Amino acid sequence: MEGAAGGQRALLRQVLGWRVAAAVTWSVLLLPLCTAAFIVLSGLDPFHPVRWISKSFNDLYTSYVIFCIFLMSVVIIVISIFNVEFYAVVPSIPCSRLALIGKIIHPQQVIHSFVHAIMGMLVAWCATVMTKGRFQFLAVSCTPSESLEDAVPQMCLNEYHLFFLLSGAFLGYSYSLFFLINNMNYLPFPIIQQYKYLRFRRSLPLLIKHSCVESLYFVRNFCVTYYFFGYIPKVWICTTMGLHTDSKLHPLDTLSGLLDLSLFYHTWLSGVFLLMTWYIAWLLFKIYATESHHFPIQPTFAQETDQCLPKILNSNPPLLIKFLALQDLMLLSQYSPVRRQEVFSLSQPGGHPHNWTAISRECLSLLSDLTQRLIAQQEAAAANGRAKPPVGELKVPPQTPGAAGIEDTSFQSQRSNIVLRASMSPLVKPSLMPVKMSPGSDVGSPFSSPALSYKMGAVDVKSPWHGTVQSPHVTRRGPKLWTSVSDQQMNGSHHEPSPVLSAARTGSEAVQPKFIYTWLQNKQEQIKNFLSKRALIMYFFSKHPEASIQAVFCDAQMHIWALEGLSHLVAASFTEDQFGVVQTTLPAILNTLLTLQEVVDRHFKLPHVSSKPPRISGSLVDTSYKTLRFALRASLKTALYRITTVFGEHLNAVQVSTEHKKRLQQFLDYKE
Amino acid sequence: CCVLCLFPSPGPCPLCSPQSPCLHGPVSPRPWGLRGLCVLQVPDLPVLTLPKEPLKAHGRLEPSARPPFIHHRESLWKRCLSAWRDAGLCGLLRELASAEEEGLQWLRTGSSHALAVCRWLSSLHGSLFPHLSVSHSPCAPSRAGCTIRAFAWHPHTNKFAVALLDDSIRVYNSNSATVPSLKHRLQRNVAAMAWKPLCASILAVACQSCVLVWHLDPTSLSTRPSSGCAQVLSCPGHSPVTSLAWAPSGERLLSASPVDTAMLVRTLWGHPGTLGDLWSEKSLLSLLFCSLRHARQGGTVPEAGTGCWSPDGSRLLFTVLGESVIYSLSFSEYRGEMQGQVGGSKTASIVADLSETTFETLYGEERIGGEVHSMVWDPTGERLAVIIRGHPECAGSQPAVAVFRTRNSPVFELLPCGFVRGERGAQPQLISFHPCFPQGALLTVCWSSGRISHIPFFFVSALEPRGSPRRSPAPVLGSVREQPLFSEL
Repeated sequence: MEGAAGGQRALLRQVLGWRVAAAVTWSVLLLPLCTAAFIVLSGLDPFHPVRWISKSFNDLYTSYVIFCIFLMSVVIIVISIFNVEFYAVVPSIPCSRLALIGKIIHPQQVIHSFVHAIMGMLVAWCATVMTKGRFQFLAVSCTPSESLEDAVPQMCLNEYHLFFLLSGAFLGYSYSLFFLINNMNYLPFPIIQQYKYLRFRRSLPLLIKHSCVESLYFVRNFCVTYYFFGYIPKVWICTTMGLHTDSKLHPLDTLSGLLDLSLFYHTWLSGVFLLMTWYIAWLLFKIYATESHHFPIQPTFAQETDQCLPKILNSNPPLLIKFLALQDLMLLSQYSPVRRQEVFSLSQPGGHPHNWTAISRECLSLLSDLTQRLIAQQEAAAANGRAKPPVGELKVPPQTPGAAGIEDTSFQSQRSNIVLRASMSPLVKPSLMPVKMSPGSDVGSPFSSPALSYKMGAVDVKSPWHGTVQSPHVTRRGPKLWTSVSDQQMNGSHHEPSPVLSAARTGSEAVQPKFIYTWLQNKQEQIKNFLSKRALIMYFFSKHPEASIQAVFCDAQMHIWALEGLSHLVAASFTEDQFGVVQTTLPAILNTLLTLQEVVDRHFKLPHVSSKPPRISGSLVDTSYKTLRFALRASLKTALYRITTVFGEHLNAVQVSTEHKKRLQQFLDYKE
Repeated sequence: CCVLCLFPSPGPCPLCSPQSPCLHGPVSPRPWGLRGLCVLQVPDLPVLTLPKEPLKAHGRLEPSARPPFIHHRESLWKRCLSAWRDAGLCGLLRELASAEEEGLQWLRTGSSHALAVCRWLSSLHGSLFPHLSVSHSPCAPSRAGCTIRAFAWHPHTNKFAVALLDDSIRVYNSNSATVPSLKHRLQRNVAAMAWKPLCASILAVACQSCVLVWHLDPTSLSTRPSSGCAQVLSCPGHSPVTSLAWAPSGERLLSASPVDTAMLVRTLWGHPGTLGDLWSEKSLLSLLFCSLRHARQGGTVPEAGTGCWSPDGSRLLFTVLGESVIYSLSFSEYRGEMQGQVGGSKTASIVADLSETTFETLYGEERIGGEVHSMVWDPTGERLAVIIRGHPECAGSQPAVAVFRTRNSPVFELLPCGFVRGERGAQPQLISFHPCFPQGALLTVCWSSGRISHIPFFFVSALEPRGSPRRSPAPVLGSVREQPLFSEL
């Protein structure tokens, strides 16, 4: 196991390593350009244009500018290291304000902010050095005004310099904070494959605009902060370094001191410079990291086995690798007949469609995982304020690959299956679970997916429980027994639980004496009521419904790609699959897709779920993760249509349950 | 040599009712010796006549709801605020310059001067970027005179959407009598529509300021879907949107605008990406053509006319404005392995010359020929329909729809098939082929009279025999004189 993990880390390093290197190289190479632009703009003198241009070009070659560039290259490298360490393909969405605060004071984030503040200060120092003029030094010689006759030159504090350094630190901290709040560590994958240069060029105007505006806001905030708290660092620096305050200069933490246009312009410009260099590093990393990677389907050499697509999909690699693999699957299924042929091919000795089995199994298990998660969430929403569903029992049993799960007819696995089905909420019809499978199509077939086979374990024909589980009576009654202890009390009707289900209930809280349970519930309600009256606590603890829904769908990009890849492969198999490899899995695929479709439809009918997506603005910060659930719903429908359009009437020959058949017919009639 | 002289004369059909469109095949040795064939309607498709009178043309030229309300003087700063919100800086200045309050003489003069500067600057802007000053007029010519702005077939079913002059959209479905009428506040100057492929009922509409995406419920019986069903995709710096296309896989929507040199590609839910370079999807270039033609009206971009792709994406037919010829550009077989490049021949060849020809008809001399206005290729690749724009200045010359028989493999061939005529005086405005007509090809023509007619061509497609049992092998146009207009042989 450790070996495998090590191998995957090596793969990550291999895939990501050169991308990071290239991104860092490019951002360092772009640094002199930004510096030159900064120097030209900082010496802005519109009334003497010739002098301005020639002076700024002379400045470019001076030694301290070159030193600054070196220093800032180090800064860029540090920033890039943080980008690499903090990236995420699945955004983490705080569901309440408390969670957000928790994220901000998380040690990792504190380190992030601290280092960014230091780096910001460094950049600001470089900016002061390159701007020259009155900003350059922290200590300047000055003469105390009252004693002109004994003019002993003293070292005074140059408050402008201090202002600059502090503004750099403030900007660095704000950058780090906004990085967290806006989820800028999230890597959105591009919707079309384009050259990296073109992607960069397209984002550049946005980047410049965004940096200018952000810098304006940050500098404004900093001015306000400095107005109130500026005297603290000033006094501190003066006392520690033994500097005097120059009484001839205006102190900057007054209104008249802050109303200095030149100071404001230079602060803003250095802020723009800082944000631009950092955003460029971040943008380049994003562009390089989300570039598609070509995974081989069949290994050409033995040592490449770990790097081929089916293997990666079925192992549990770092998320970025998994995303890249699924993206590659989506691309190959859509655009590459040659690689599709490899997917449909049979293994040379033995003639097993290992590639297809592995790929379809992984996609289906991803999708059914999502189905389970949505069902659990719907249950929680339905049971809001009532008895909580036994979440522990809802856990999907560990998936045993291949036929092992089917042959396992021990009582344990039976129980887990029954519990799984029994604990479905009344929202979920029993027909949702793929119970009925034709004996010929999938049961015992080596091509079947474990996602289905674990559910079908209970339906094994040889099993003694076969009749019990199949009977609609039990499956329909099961949910009632599970979700509504309080319901039973209310209407007073007592179901005699069937032996199967009472066996399943052992160990769960439902066997606890009822009065303890209700007492606990009452207490809980009381505490809740008490707390909900305290506005402040509610302010921090209340869950934002939109955010919690976004959190459920935060990794839906994976599922979208799985859907696209799977549906394109199935559609292509109509003409390209020579051995009929896909046909064996078609019922399972249709079942999974239609089940997911019903669950997703149901999800959108829940209260609190807005059916209108928020408007996406074309800004630099990507917020597309907020609309992933809509994208998922759309691509689920598209995937089903893709299959039904290609197969047409032939789908009537595929064995699916009657309910699903009805649904399929609607898809065939374009009525969904 | 001109090819139109090989076409039969487009005289009136003796047996047709004056309303039904008439297809003129080549002179055929049929026993009854007719020179034209009346086209029977395909039974399950509605033939529509949408007269212009009930539609309020340009009813909403005034963007605000101000006129119907009683005039009420507000204080100056309130008016300025609303002018700022409505029309930006220029509106604010205009409001100030026309202020009638006392003691604001200096403000009035100042703002009128500033307004003059603003106007001068914007005129300068127009002369620097002339393509930005393109008026928003849809692709078809003389569109002001007709009732139908745009037409779109659903890619999978017998359903089509018609955008009318009053900017409402009606959706006709052969299976239901309900005709939903779509109206939205932002739905102005509809230039194009496109149904989302692999989907039941999602319609994208290119409007003046944005792209509207209507999510219609195919089972709903409502005739007036609420504007809540429409999703607004704003396109800053990319309006007016003049053409739209969905990628065939159904996930991405492309839009083009004459004011933007880049095309916008987006999914419905994500961030738009831009696309300045040619993308190797087939539908793209025709999109480009439409928007280039818009740009041409500004007089900057080379004159491209219209174009269409062969169904397999291996050939592009296009025209150039000012010339009455069809060019062909062949592309090597698209195999997905090529990374980011479209192979193709470097030079285009002329495949047809459509210069003016005179025909003797019962109504007298008729002249047909000239520039090609639009061109569509049917999904089987066997029929090509072309709207030939006549010379409007000379009498007797009128637009016509010419239909060619085409073959794309092994070699490209173009044969004359016939003219399609509507009722007398009606001019063809829009043509479109049904994307999945099982028995051959179905051409839909929108006439300037507001009539939409469907003309079926029954044939068995040689290329891809689709396994439809309902296919009737009964070609209407029996023996065509086998004289290719163009052949690569």
